[in-house]
Amino acid sequence: MINIHLILFLAFGAVAVAGAVNLLAQTHPINGALSLIAVMAALAGEYLLLGAEFVAAVQVIVYAGAIMVLFVFVIMLLNAGVEERTKGSRVAIIFGIPGMLLGSLLIAWAVLRYSGTESVAVGALPGAPATIGELLFHEFLLPFEITSILILIAIMGAVVLASKPHPIPQGKER
Amino acid sequence: MVPLSYYLVLSGILFACGVTGFLIKRNIITIFMSIELMLNGVNLSFVAFAAQWHSLAGQVFVFFVMVVAAAEAAVGLAIIISVYRSRETLNVDQVNLLKL
Repeated sequence: MINIHLILFLAFGAVAVAGAVNLLAQTHPINGALSLIAVMAALAGEYLLLGAEFVAAVQVIVYAGAIMVLFVFVIMLLNAGVEERTKGSRVAIIFGIPGMLLGSLLIAWAVLRYSGTESVAVGALPGAPATIGELLFHEFLLPFEITSILILIAIMGAVVLASKPHPIPQGKER
Repeated sequence: MVPLSYYLVLSGILFACGVTGFLIKRNIITIFMSIELMLNGVNLSFVAFAAQWHSLAGQVFVFFVMVVAAAEAAVGLAIIISVYRSRETLNVDQVNLLKL
């Protein structure tokens, strides 16, 4: 039975897969970054289909907004050009590609064959931001605080790493 | 109604694309973007499982994964800038010495 959920899932999934394959096909990093943004936008649509409104909003704001802007900024800052291709090993191509296809077919068959056919209903679970906030500040309070420390350390590390190295003045050392 | 397995297959395809990009790409920024693609694939399976088991903990974990991805992106891009400053290249084949 074809319904609107399945059609939307397939449409967003096609955009996501096309973006991911385009990331592999492009040689210029800026094209890869833009196709990755398309993947993230399509995934936000999938999250909405799953009833996860908060995650969809955060996906667009944090991932497609903040993180990818950082990527594009660095690509432009470093003036990254088209990547040079190096020849891969022949053994890897001969055995790797059939092996990869076989493995992914096996995994897809196993998942499709042995999973239950229960479906995911849209809006079946309360994905409202308020509920997630309650969960975040009660059950997951400790991980939440730890991630705030992680972010602080990451900020300091990024500033230290990206700042220009100061030459140590001679004679001022002990 | 979309079965859970469809979401898992899509998530697996995205993860596999990320792994392939990580292995075949030579530009360090593109390799980093492939890692982000893998994280996105895993996030999709998190949300799909959360919807399947009617548990919001999966969505909270997606939030944590995003926080870690943001921290990782900030530090990783700073490392890339620092590598570029000392090597003048973004090709990982030419960044093969620990010593400058």
